[in-house]
Amino acid sequence: MEVFWYIIIAIVLTIFFILDGYNFGTGIIHLFLAKTEKDKEIITKSAGLFWDFNEVWLVAGGGLLFMAFPTFYASVFSGFYLPLIIVLWLIIFRAIGLEFRSQFNYQMWKDIWDKSFGVSSLLLALFFGIALGNVVRGVNLGGIENGIAAFEGHYFFLPLWNSSFSPLSETPGVIDWFTIIIGLISVVTLAIHGANWIILKTNSSINNKLKSVIFKLNILLFILTVISLFVWQIVNPNSLDNFFDKPYLIVFPVIYFSGLFGLFFIKKLKKDIHGFILSTLVIFGGITSSLASLFPVILPSTHKQNESLTIYNTAAHEYGLSVALGWGIIGIILVIVYLITQNKLLSGKIDNMDYGH
Amino acid sequence: MEDMIFYDRLQFAFTITFHYIFPQLTMGLSLLIVYYKWRFLKTNIVKYNNAAKFLMKIFAINFTMGVVTGIPMEFQFGTNWAKFSELTGSIIGQTLAMEGLFSFFLESTFLVLFIFGEKLMGQKLHFLTGFLVFLGSWASGYLILATNAWMQHPVGYEILENGKFVLENFSALFSNPWLLPAFLHNQIASLVTSSFVVASIGAFYILRNKNIEYGKLFLKTGVIFGLVSSLLLAFPTGDWNAKNVAKYQPASFAAMEGIFKTEEKGAEIVLIGQPDMVQKKLDNKIAVPNILSFLTYQEWDKQIPGMDQFKKEELPDNIPALYYSYHIMVGLGTIFMAIMGLAVFFLWRRRLFSMKPLLWVIMFLVPFPYIANLTGWYVAELGRQPYLVYGLLRTSEGVSPTVSSGNTLFTLLGFVALYMLLGLLFLVLVGKTIHHGPTPQKH
Ligand code: HDD
Ligand code: HEM
Ligand code: HEM
Repeated sequence: MEVFWYIIIAIVLTIFFILDGYNFGTGIIHLFLAKTEKDKEIITKSAGLFWDFNEVWLVAGGGLLFMAFPTFYASVFSGFYLPLIIVLWLIIFRAIGLEFRSQFNYQMWKDIWDKSFGVSSLLLALFFGIALGNVVRGVNLGGIENGIAAFEGHYFFLPLWNSSFSPLSETPGVIDWFTIIIGLISVVTLAIHGANWIILKTNSSINNKLKSVIFKLNILLFILTVISLFVWQIVNPNSLDNFFDKPYLIVFPVIYFSGLFGLFFIKKLKKDIHGFILSTLVIFGGITSSLASLFPVILPSTHKQNESLTIYNTAAHEYGLSVALGWGIIGIILVIVYLITQNKLLSGKIDNMDYGH
Repeated sequence: MEDMIFYDRLQFAFTITFHYIFPQLTMGLSLLIVYYKWRFLKTNIVKYNNAAKFLMKIFAINFTMGVVTGIPMEFQFGTNWAKFSELTGSIIGQTLAMEGLFSFFLESTFLVLFIFGEKLMGQKLHFLTGFLVFLGSWASGYLILATNAWMQHPVGYEILENGKFVLENFSALFSNPWLLPAFLHNQIASLVTSSFVVASIGAFYILRNKNIEYGKLFLKTGVIFGLVSSLLLAFPTGDWNAKNVAKYQPASFAAMEGIFKTEEKGAEIVLIGQPDMVQKKLDNKIAVPNILSFLTYQEWDKQIPGMDQFKKEELPDNIPALYYSYHIMVGLGTIFMAIMGLAVFFLWRRRLFSMKPLLWVIMFLVPFPYIANLTGWYVAELGRQPYLVYGLLRTSEGVSPTVSSGNTLFTLLGFVALYMLLGLLFLVLVGKTIHHGPTPQKH
């Protein structure tokens, strides 16, 4: 039962990163590359139509996590207090940037909300990567310093950073050189993903240029990936054990790399959707590989005194999990129906759709 | 420790108060939009369709605000109330997760289709998408109230040795006797808010002598819905809620009614008075004997326990705030019935549209349903104190063990600043939309 819910929640959150990920990426591209007003408008529109629906995946994932793994939810949300609240603020800025830009026809008004959308998208992509980095690296569960615990064994509190910026220190912060690398990977991946989305959904004048941008970013992504594999070994020497024990888990890294290599051929692809599928594979493969390497741990402990949080020691009671199965399946079927309906009705390029008025 | 709880509570109160400004309009307005859309389908008069589309613009802005302020609410259970989440998550997580899956997805999918899909889908389907938005928002209200009802009156649970609450009976969460009255009262209250908003826009147009046709339509719909919902709010739903409080939370009932001393023969109902917490009595009291006993139990002489019957640790910790909130809510409710009653009377006599003074009053009435709604929630939440889960888990046992008050103060200040900005933007944008008016646009 725990494994089942773990998979469901992992899927929901991965879908969130895939769907909202293109919005973050769209914001990043918008920030750096959109120059003419027409491009800016349709690029915001390609994100603005969908952000709410995409964000609900986060809300639903959060709710399911709360229901199925309450101890994990409590520990992680209070432990990463500051970064989480900052993420909430950024989400607010992103959303109002998208929604309110077209409400007035003043250049200054539009500029403000364009920047708000772009900068918050960039920072969100970075923060979500850093979050993944933290989960992979682990935290000081129990807040142990010099052998003395500050909290119960499944609680912790992380400062934003500590002065050494090292993932190996006794009390690591949220931001250190390891998590920064993962954060950058996230930014680059989502920028590629967003560019693919723009190519797919719009006829903006930068579509052709975006393909060579994707190509260049992909080289960067490849280099960062190789670096991260090395430093990951330093931070967590056991990170490959699961793949040796259960060789079938190799599919996840394979998916990641096939997406990554496929993107090198971006200029030769016949259909716009293919590029988008490839970057989807990268995101899917990246997240699932990290989770597979940890399983069944969901938050490693950086020391021996307290055991890591796993899906077993943080799950809710059996009865609750099994009734939730009933409504959960119905709910997920409904959501898939919505997803298909929405995609059908809003398929194709969105340039000429009326938005905001 | 004390001030740690204080900032957590303040932050929760501030952010939920701000959040609740928006859903109360969303839930009621979606019903009115569906109503106009339905009228259009029946009569084919374009006016109704334009009215629906105009309200939809206001709805969309309001909805965005509701969503962005709602996400922090969900996360705050984990960030600020971690211990509470850990202990009760396997129960309230059920209803909260259902809310995400069953209502937010529904709303967000069909809202986009409603706004952009009229040409794509034809009128019948367009009505249907509007209806689904309405359904989603009411489902969201229902599930959040199921969550809250469990905190007010816990049912269907079992407590393990380690203090964790686990679910024992899923359907009990929905047959909770607290839920239905609270849900109905709350939804009708949100209909009050939106009727008053619509009536006020109507009054504004008539007074400005602009968009007269729509002004009359909005005013008429607004006052009729406003009167019906105001009446339903007091009776049966308000009355029903009060009986529930008397039955399940007697200490908070005594505090909200301002009964310091238990009367031998039947309790009086307090109309006016200021609680004096030092001498434990009401100053400047105006009260009518025996009415409270009658309203609550239909028996003139029934004894109702006053605050002297409860230990200090069982009583809510902010009695004056609770007492005033309750009296403000009920007072406003009475005023609403009177004003809307008057308006409907003149509507019937065909004089309403030219009654300037009454139109001014209706136009400026808008903030008050919001105040009544918020004070209503303060009654519920302050009355639940000093517990998070009534009778079982104290508020002080629910906070995050690792988050210091300095951090909470920092984020609280951040929320205050950000929400001030949001509030300002909201007013500007809604103001602009109203100013622009429901003039037909070609899409
Ligand atoms: C327009 C808003 C509004 C108005 C005019 C009223 N209410 Fe109300 N009331 C609410 C809006 C509200 C609310 C915000 O919707 C609450 C908070 C929780 C809930 O379910 O509904 C509520 C709660 C609430 C409670 C429950 C408190 C608790 O849970 O501890 C009682 C006893 C009443 N109301 C009683 C009344 C009575 C007797 C009214 C007589 C006119 C009245 N309300 C008018
Ligand atoms: C499902 C709905 C709700 C839930 C689950 C909920 C839960 C909570 C929790 C966990 C707290 C913190 C502990 C405390 O101080 O009591 C709280 C406090 C509070 N809530 Fe709610 N709440 C809900 C709805 C609302 C709404 C809609 C409002 C008002 C608009 C509201 C107003 C407050 C206030 C004012 C406090 C602070 C009470 C105090 O400081 O004593 N709540 N609520
Ligand atoms: C602590 C309590 C609450 C939490 C955790 C909460 C959570 C949320 C979240 C996460 C959203 C955004 C959904 C999205 O992404 O589409 C939202 C919006 C919404 N909430 Fe709340 N909420 C709370 C209180 C309430 C109450 C008391 C009501 C009504 C009775 C309510 C009704 C709604 C509605 C109708 C929406 C849709 C958006 C809107 O109408 O503005 N919420 N809420």
